[in-house]
This record gives sequence, structure tokens and C-alpha cells, in this order.
Amino acid sequence: MTGNLPFLAVGIIFFMGMYAILFERNLIKIAIGITLLEASANLFLIVLGYRTGGSIPVFTLAGEVRSMVLPTPQALTLTAIVIGLATSALLLSLIMLLYRHYGTLDVREIRRLRG
Amino acid sequence: MNWQIHLPALVLAVPLLGAFASPVAGLGGRATRNAWMIFISVLTTAVCIMLWQKVIAGGTAVYVMGAEAWNITLPSGLSWPVRIILEVDAFSAFMAVVGSIAALAGAFFSLRFMDRFTGLEKFSALYFLLVTGMLGMQLTGDLFNFFVFLEIASVASFGLIAFWRDRPEAVEASFKYMVISTISAMFILIAVGFFYGRYNAVNIAAVARMLQMGYAEKIALVFLVVSLAMKCGAVPMHMWTPDAYAEAPAGVTCLLVAVSQASLYGLFRVCFSLYGASLGSTVVPWTIIVMGVLSMFIGVTMAVIQKEIKRLMAYHSVSQIGYILMALGVGLLALRDPQAMADYGFTAMKGGIFHIINYTMYKGLLFLTAGAVFYSAGSRNLNELGGLARVMPQTTFMFVIAAAAIAGLPPFNGFVSKLLIYQSTFAVYPLLAVAALVTSVLTLASFVKVFQTAFLGPAKKTYENVTEVPASMLLGMSLLTIVIIALTLFPGWTLSHLVEPAAKALVDQAGYISAVMGGGL
Repeated sequence: MTGNLPFLAVGIIFFMGMYAILFERNLIKIAIGITLLEASANLFLIVLGYRTGGSIPVFTLAGEVRSMVLPTPQALTLTAIVIGLATSALLLSLIMLLYRHYGTLDVREIRRLRG
Repeated sequence: MNWQIHLPALVLAVPLLGAFASPVAGLGGRATRNAWMIFISVLTTAVCIMLWQKVIAGGTAVYVMGAEAWNITLPSGLSWPVRIILEVDAFSAFMAVVGSIAALAGAFFSLRFMDRFTGLEKFSALYFLLVTGMLGMQLTGDLFNFFVFLEIASVASFGLIAFWRDRPEAVEASFKYMVISTISAMFILIAVGFFYGRYNAVNIAAVARMLQMGYAEKIALVFLVVSLAMKCGAVPMHMWTPDAYAEAPAGVTCLLVAVSQASLYGLFRVCFSLYGASLGSTVVPWTIIVMGVLSMFIGVTMAVIQKEIKRLMAYHSVSQIGYILMALGVGLLALRDPQAMADYGFTAMKGGIFHIINYTMYKGLLFLTAGAVFYSAGSRNLNELGGLARVMPQTTFMFVIAAAAIAGLPPFNGFVSKLLIYQSTFAVYPLLAVAALVTSVLTLASFVKVFQTAFLGPAKKTYENVTEVPASMLLGMSLLTIVIIALTLFPGWTLSHLVEPAAKALVDQAGYISAVMGGGL
């Protein structure tokens, strides 16, 4: 049972992120929602690769151990984190530009494009 | 003479080099920068066409990145692939050729169109990054790699849509697109996680060979279908399309059209090659068909009432995506039944794939003509424009060809693919064909409106001094026009040489798997 707790955490973080994106009205909070979504995806990958009692997946450092943690999800997560960093930086800079143009962060007022 | 085996990698390396060397070329001034942009675009197109020829002649091409040898997909006798593998079958190569032609036309057009603005070396860097992302999505045989290229394409397109960052609308459109595509990218990553958790593999062929429908696979399928439909702009996730297409510079919009096709490619790669016959029920095919019908109809009805020329065309993209979704959904429906496949399924697939090339060509051309009108007349509002046929005859001519093609007037290429779609969908459910026909009529109506208000009518005082656009912009437009006319004149050749191999490759799941995993399913 406790082995599944991380997956529960993934689910909770995922839905928190989705909630923030769908229902929050402040752009910064939407950005936080997106980073939460990224965090849940990364956590999901890491948890998938975890083996109870496993050691680090580096052959020269692991020593005499039976099981190692899976290395592939860690590589995938590193890539995803780097990509997430680029997206977050761009997201925040666009929010900055939007604030400069519209003078507000409220999504209800930033809507010149419609119809 | 064996450099040709490296073609799959070259297709990605050339635009990537183009992107990162663009700032360096920008140091040499305007002429160097422009020459570099054209050189890389032409080279990319040439490499894509060579790759397509190689795939047609020699079957599915596989390329292993970072290995001692390019073709050892299963090193040291392992039974699963461990490296990133590019896998190019006829469908991927077809999509790459279509995308690179659109990118070439957009590059020619952008030379003069963007000339009034600063930061152009950054523009061309982002432009080639977007090309790399698009081609990467189409060539990769690895799910996680697909996610990476999707993110490369997304990040580059955020920058390009918001290129005119002094326009609030552009930044707003870019933000909307960004939220949508980041969510869809994360959904894809979660789906990749599900596959990895179940099968310890992220290679499409490896996963496809082991795939057995269970809860995890169903959840992953939902994530993948939703996110890729979101990225290609199908109703009900279409709200970013009109904003992003209308606010991006015209040359970029031409490329964005091709990039949305890459998401569409991903959707069908997942449905046909990854899941294939193990999809089981008819829920997913019907979801795709219903999404297609809704996109066709809602897209075109929203387009009819638009007053802004690029926004109108963007809503038409939603509706044209609907045709492709519907046709390939019908193909997916017939996948498990050889009789149905022979009766109507394969015709639908051919129609859908033919529509992909037609749509990319004429939609790209329409956006370029809209850009040309904006460049010369300085307005995109149909209430202000008028009488432009007198001052911009070449642009008008190309607009008429593209509009006739999108409306499906015989004998243009749009007619051929639409006819194939009508025929095959009628066999499944007659109402589908009716919806497609009504959409086609409404498409014609709205383009007659654009033609009549913007190009015909008395000459307006405000547009007396308007002149035809510069030669390089005309060159970009005429490239697409020539492709449209060629497709119009030789539909038989196109169907048998371009479209049929692609459709066959898409249906042939066993072939896709055995190219990586070796014989024996």
C-alpha cells in the first residue's frame, strides 16, 4: 500500500495543476498550474523507475548490490526538466509582456482576440 | 557511396545547423543572412526529397543515433532497442516532403515580408528550429523523442507567434498557444510514462509488438489522442488556432500549417502503428470521426462570419483538419476488417493522405496571399479592402487558384481528395458525406466573399498607390502555386506514387514493427 503512495501524490499534484489552469484567473497562477503539471509528470517518471532498496544506477559507484534504480526514467526526467525550464522562462516573459500591454494579469480582461 | 544511409539524420541535422548558425550568418549583413536562409531551406527540401526517394525504392529506413553502426537496432543480441531510433516509412517521408516544401515557400516569402523589422537573425534561427522540430516529429521512431521534438517545435513557435511583441494581440495569441501546447506536451509525457511502466520501452515499434490492451494502455491512449488533437486544432480544442494563425507573420503561418500536420501525423502514428488492430472497440475511430465532423462544420460556420482575412482562413484550417480526421478515422474503423478495408477503408485513407498534401499547399498559399495583401495594402480587414485585383494581378491570380482548390472545384486537386473522402465516408454513414458536402459549399461561399470584397469592386482611393509585392515574395507564392497545379494536372501519378505508398505504410503495422525488431511478429 505504501508503495503506491507516490502515485497518489502524482495524481494529487496533477489535479491541482489542472485545477489551477482551468479555474484560476490570474496569469501567474496559471503559470504555477503549468509547472505543477510538469512536476507531476516528472515525479511520475521517477517513481516508475524506483526499486525499493535499489542503489544509484552508476556501475562504478553502486558497489555490491542486488538491485539498482532504473536509469532510463532519470535520463528522461532530466530532459523533461530542462525543457520545462525553457517553457517556464518563456511563459513568465510572455506574462511580463502581457502585463506591460494590458496593465493587468486578469484573464477576463486580456481578451482582444475573440469570435 | 554510402552517404545516403545517413539521410534520416541529415534531414534533422541540416535545419538544426541552419538554426544555430543563423546568428553567425546574421553578422555578415542582410545579404548573407538571406542567402543562408534560402540555402538551408533548399538543402532541407532536397534532403527530404532524396530521403523520400530512398524510402520508396528501398523500403522503411532505420537509423540508430549514437551507435557504432547506423543499422544495428538490437545491439548485443538484446531483444529490445536501447538507443534512439529514427524510423522513416513512406508515410513519414511523405509528411517530411510536404512539410519541407511549405517551409521553403515560407522562407522565400519571409525574406522581404520581414525586412521592415529588426532581430531577423533570431527570426531565422527560430524558423529553422521550428522546421527541425516538425521534421523530427515526423521521422522519429521513439515516443520520448517525439515529445522532445514536439517541445522544440512548440517553443520555437511561441517565439515566432509573438515575434511582433509590440502588438498585444500577438503576445496574447502566443500565450494561449503556449498554455495549450504545454498541457498537451505534459499529457504526452505522462502517456510515455505509462508505456515505460508497462513495457520498459519507449520505442514505438518495441511497444507496439508487446502491446496488450489494459487499463494503463487505455489511459495512455486517451492522453495521447486528446493532446495530439489539441495540438492539431480539432474542435473542441480549436480556440488557439485562429488566434495563433492570424497573429503570426504570414511566412510563419505557412509553416505552422505544416507543423499542425506533424501533430496529426503523431495522432495517426499512435492509432495505426502503435495500437493498430489491438484498439479493439470502435470507440476511438468514432471519436476521431465525430471530432472531424464537428471541426469541419463548426470551423466553416465560424469562418463565414469573420471580417479579418487571416482569421477567416484560420477557421478554414480547423474545418480542413476535420476532413483529414474524418477520412483517417474511417480508415481506422475499417482496420480490423479486410473486406471493409478493401471496400471503402483504403479509399478513405488515400483521400485523407491526399488531402494532407493538398491542404498544406493551398492553405499555405492562402496565408501567403493574405500576407501579401497585408504587406501591400496595410490592412487585413475585409470591410476596408477592395479593388485589389487592379493593382495586384499576380497575387489575385494565385489567390483564385488556392481558393478554387480549397473549395474543391473540379478540376483542382482539392476536388480529387474530397471526392475520395465523399465516396468512402458515404459507405460508412451517409450523413458524414452530407456534412462534408455542406462544409465544402460553405467554404466556397466564404472564399467567394473574400474574393469579391478584397479583390473585385471599384478601385478605392486609399489603395491607389498600392503595388504588387516584391519578386521574392511572389517566388514563395508561385512555388506553392506550381505544386498545386502539378497536383491538379497529374492526380493519377500523385495517387499512385505519393499517396498510395504512404497509405500502405500506415496500414502495415507489422512492417513498421519488423523494421526495428527484426522479422517475426
